Amino acid sequence: MLFNRYRRGLFITAFLAAPVTLYLVYVISPYIQAFYISMTDWRGVSATPAFIGLENFRRLLEDGTFWKAVTHNAGLLVLLPLITIVLALFFAFLLNVGGGGRAVGGIRGSKFYRVVFFFPQVLAVAVVAVLFQQVFRPDGSGMLNAPLMALGGKPIGFLSDPGVAFWSVLGVMVWQAVGFYVVLFSAGLASIPRDMFEAAQIDGAGRLSLFFRITLPLLWDTVQVAWVYLGIIALDVFAIVWVMTDQHGGPDWSTTVMAAEVYRNAFQYFRFGYASALGVVMFFFTVGFAILSLRLTRRERIEF
Amino acid sequence: MPDTPRFTRRELLRSAALVPVAGALAACATPAAKPSASSSAAPVATSAANPFGVSDSKPLEVWIFDGGFGQDYAKNIHQPLFKSKYPKVEIKHNATKEITKVLQPRFAGGNPPDVIDNSGANAMDFGALAQDGQLQDLTPLLDAPSWDDPGTKVRDTIDKAVIDIGTYDGTFSVLGYVNYIFGIWYSQKAFKDNGWVPPKTWDEFLKLNETIKKSGKMAPFTYAGKFPQYLYEVLLTMAAKIGGPEVLVNIDNLEDGAWTSEAMKTSATAWAEIGAKYLMEGTAGLDHVQTQTAQNKYKVAMLPSGSWLENEQKTTTPADFEYGMFPVPDFTGSDKMPYGTLHSQPSENFIVPAKGANPQGGMEYLRAMLSKKAAGDFSEMVKTVSTVKGAGDGRQLSPGAASATKAYTAAGANIVYYRWQTWYAQLKDEAIAATGELMSGGLTPDKYLERLQKKSDEIKNDSSIKKYKR
Repeated sequence: MLFNRYRRGLFITAFLAAPVTLYLVYVISPYIQAFYISMTDWRGVSATPAFIGLENFRRLLEDGTFWKAVTHNAGLLVLLPLITIVLALFFAFLLNVGGGGRAVGGIRGSKFYRVVFFFPQVLAVAVVAVLFQQVFRPDGSGMLNAPLMALGGKPIGFLSDPGVAFWSVLGVMVWQAVGFYVVLFSAGLASIPRDMFEAAQIDGAGRLSLFFRITLPLLWDTVQVAWVYLGIIALDVFAIVWVMTDQHGGPDWSTTVMAAEVYRNAFQYFRFGYASALGVVMFFFTVGFAILSLRLTRRERIEF
Repeated sequence: MPDTPRFTRRELLRSAALVPVAGALAACATPAAKPSASSSAAPVATSAANPFGVSDSKPLEVWIFDGGFGQDYAKNIHQPLFKSKYPKVEIKHNATKEITKVLQPRFAGGNPPDVIDNSGANAMDFGALAQDGQLQDLTPLLDAPSWDDPGTKVRDTIDKAVIDIGTYDGTFSVLGYVNYIFGIWYSQKAFKDNGWVPPKTWDEFLKLNETIKKSGKMAPFTYAGKFPQYLYEVLLTMAAKIGGPEVLVNIDNLEDGAWTSEAMKTSATAWAEIGAKYLMEGTAGLDHVQTQTAQNKYKVAMLPSGSWLENEQKTTTPADFEYGMFPVPDFTGSDKMPYGTLHSQPSENFIVPAKGANPQGGMEYLRAMLSKKAAGDFSEMVKTVSTVKGAGDGRQLSPGAASATKAYTAAGANIVYYRWQTWYAQLKDEAIAATGELMSGGLTPDKYLERLQKKSDEIKNDSSIKKYKR
């Protein structure tokens, strides 16, 4: 008995030791080291950085570009989950429940749409970014501007007009995210017993009340998870901005985000200490958001 | 199930604590001081033929930036030449487009390579390297006899600007190999066909823009809209022409009011007018390749660029295009500097890391590069002008390189340059952002210069940023 227990412990330990060690060495320890580096003046090449206490944090309080980046992240934090979830819920509803017929089911061709919606998710972020650079081109070869110019309009500088660029970034992020959440919500919908919808339909509920009275409340858990995921994506967005926008977060800093500023300070200005300080601040923003949103959205769970 | 999962978890934690992770944790992202590689093992005697004491037994690791000039010049010109003298030295040739990503960890780890072509958009910051004592003092190279002639010092075979610009903290440590010559580029064929003449004054330049615009054949002017540094280059050069080279020196030295000087105001206002009236449609959203290709397709007449342009565009340029370059025109007759004043700057920067295993070999490699044959072959191969005096003499030059060389010779001593953009990367990014706005009308010339002045002052007051003077 005791021997058995011991063997089982050994067995589990043997399996877990490697991943836990890797996790500690490659995930936890760099986090801890980043906290230390953020209090040094390390410029990336020296072997002996000097400790300067909280100097970097004092400096970042006055860094206009960084705070501009923070406002962009905040904007994304509100808009990205909102738009994505609303669109994804709408599509998932149509694909699964919203069909007009007598039986509960999606609209016509829903199987095909489901695949199409998922396409963007399959593409790597860098591919999406380069793709949209071409879509947004400001001349006749841009996919959006070509028809606009053919109709006699002036081309829109989707990425070159500082007033528009942020919205272009948001649009691409929504485009890329929606497909995944359609699938997520579809899975959620599939776990809701069919008879609930049928009962409601028999009672004479239309599509609208079906959605607000049945679908949404029963999907609330999934929506909550989606919200946290999307919020974290909004806070640590990097590749789309860095690859797609002009001047990595431009023009005129109009699309820069926290992660881009961390990268810029580290690998372009060679201020690794300062960049780590930005990273530490970003870490607290992200953790703070996760805790806050999980607290706020806590709600009664419905068991089927 | 005889036992509870709780117990095994505790047991697991206990065993996990035994895993010796502490040692592994110490060796990660944070830099660790290591004993410096002993480069003093039996020094090789120096001689006139081997001025740095290159040892046959030490390999030489070379990293080339694989950009506009490629890497073949190093493999086919420089390294064979080095080998001809030191056949026993093993050369480890490497090339990358991502100098920083590949080599920054090597510096932090204390084992950098021996020669680096630190160029391109992802080059390492020279200031950070210099501040940290990572750059080998190349003064011995300047005082060594040249590869070709033991009676001439290397110092006397290269353009003087190389020494000025390669000096960090009073130590010559960066060797610029290519002479970038900046100006406004056009197609000699398009100009001839349409009867357009390169302008000598700003009025003529405006009139030419108007003529081209009215002709409807092509747009008059463009620049790499995504990279407005191409535009502030001509803006600054014209300001220096109007107000003298000290306009740029003051900017470099972060002087109060350097950006908001009269000359800068005049130049910024003039170029903002070009931005408002004569730019090719969509310029703001296009990059250098897209605008340059538009020029190759005769969609636009003129753009500001440098002497690397012809090589960069060699695959899209029509055979009879005939690149030509003219210098920034006179603004008025009372400009401080005469017609023909050019912005020229040594670039394609080579360094020898001080803490590498074989700095002697590194310096010797640079000495080989600076021979007339190596530099001449290089100029011909990559269609450009090197910083070695007279290396292009008697060589077959392409139309663009010939035009730039002619302008360079004509300029004589009237050469201006600026260094703030390599010294203060933050100021460069702000200038890029603001110049784009100036050209698209989002900022007035006054607001534009105020904004850059503000950034310059910020940098001046930031004790964490190292300051330079020229």
